[in-house]
Amino acid sequence: MFLYSLTFYLFSSVAVLSALMVISAKNPVHSVLFLILSFVNASGLFVLLGAEFLAMILVVVYVGAVAVLFLFVVMMLDINFVKLREGFLQYLPFGALLGIVLVIELGILFLTDRSSNIYNNQTPLQPIVNEVENTKMIGQILYTEYFYLFQICGIILLVAMIGSITLTLRDKGGVKRQNIDSQNTVDASTAIEKKKVKIGEGI
Amino acid sequence: MITLEHYLFLGAIIFTFGVLGIFLNKKNLIIILMSIELILLSVNINFIAFSAYINDISGQIFAMLTLTVAAAEAAIGLAILVVFFRNLGSIEVNKINQLKG
Repeated sequence: MFLYSLTFYLFSSVAVLSALMVISAKNPVHSVLFLILSFVNASGLFVLLGAEFLAMILVVVYVGAVAVLFLFVVMMLDINFVKLREGFLQYLPFGALLGIVLVIELGILFLTDRSSNIYNNQTPLQPIVNEVENTKMIGQILYTEYFYLFQICGIILLVAMIGSITLTLRDKGGVKRQNIDSQNTVDASTAIEKKKVKIGEGI
Repeated sequence: MITLEHYLFLGAIIFTFGVLGIFLNKKNLIIILMSIELILLSVNINFIAFSAYINDISGQIFAMLTLTVAAAEAAIGLAILVVFFRNLGSIEVNKINQLKG
């Protein structure tokens, strides 16, 4: 139990600190890298809670795809980030006040009312332990009970893919494209031209 | 002893940092998108903590749905950002006022 607590505090403190660095780093590339660190630590917490499959999905999907996409966009666009940081200090007092109020309010919800029966938190949180492993358990419920949700997820991803492709695709003039139809309809009568060449001369 | 509260409080802190990031970096669209990712991460932490608390796997399914939506949102958001940068040469949020009717 001591090791569990130690691991929890290690992962959560690094996750919180890197989340703070995400929003306060001067360089957006550093922000993306801290976002990756935050996600990796959150996946460690998911392992602690017994959600191994989601932890691995978080690393693969977020660190492997989404964070790299962010990094790609940050590095591809030539943006003047110094100009964008104007007003950071201007909004800092108001933002800090709002953040503190939000944390206190959310904290009060958890710290009060410990004695009520509905919200009895005194039991330590344990991962779900069964004979079947986590991935198998998710598969058994995802493809049966939540099958429509699974399908809708696929549709959401398809729509997102089509949307982002159509948003960023642009037709430049002067680009030579392959015309499949005209290639396929070529036959010998149109493709070959006979010419009489005089001796000693070119065409 | 780590209870449900610890995870919920962690989720609350990360959520607050996400909201704070939107406030502080009002001009930088990329940081705002990353703050939204942080908010969705805190939602995921809450889902999985409650899933372990009530000993039910359904919470993890919903966390997967959140992951899907977050990935789709990041893709579309970055696509809009690229188009916006191509048209205006800047990603300042307060310049996005051309859609007003």
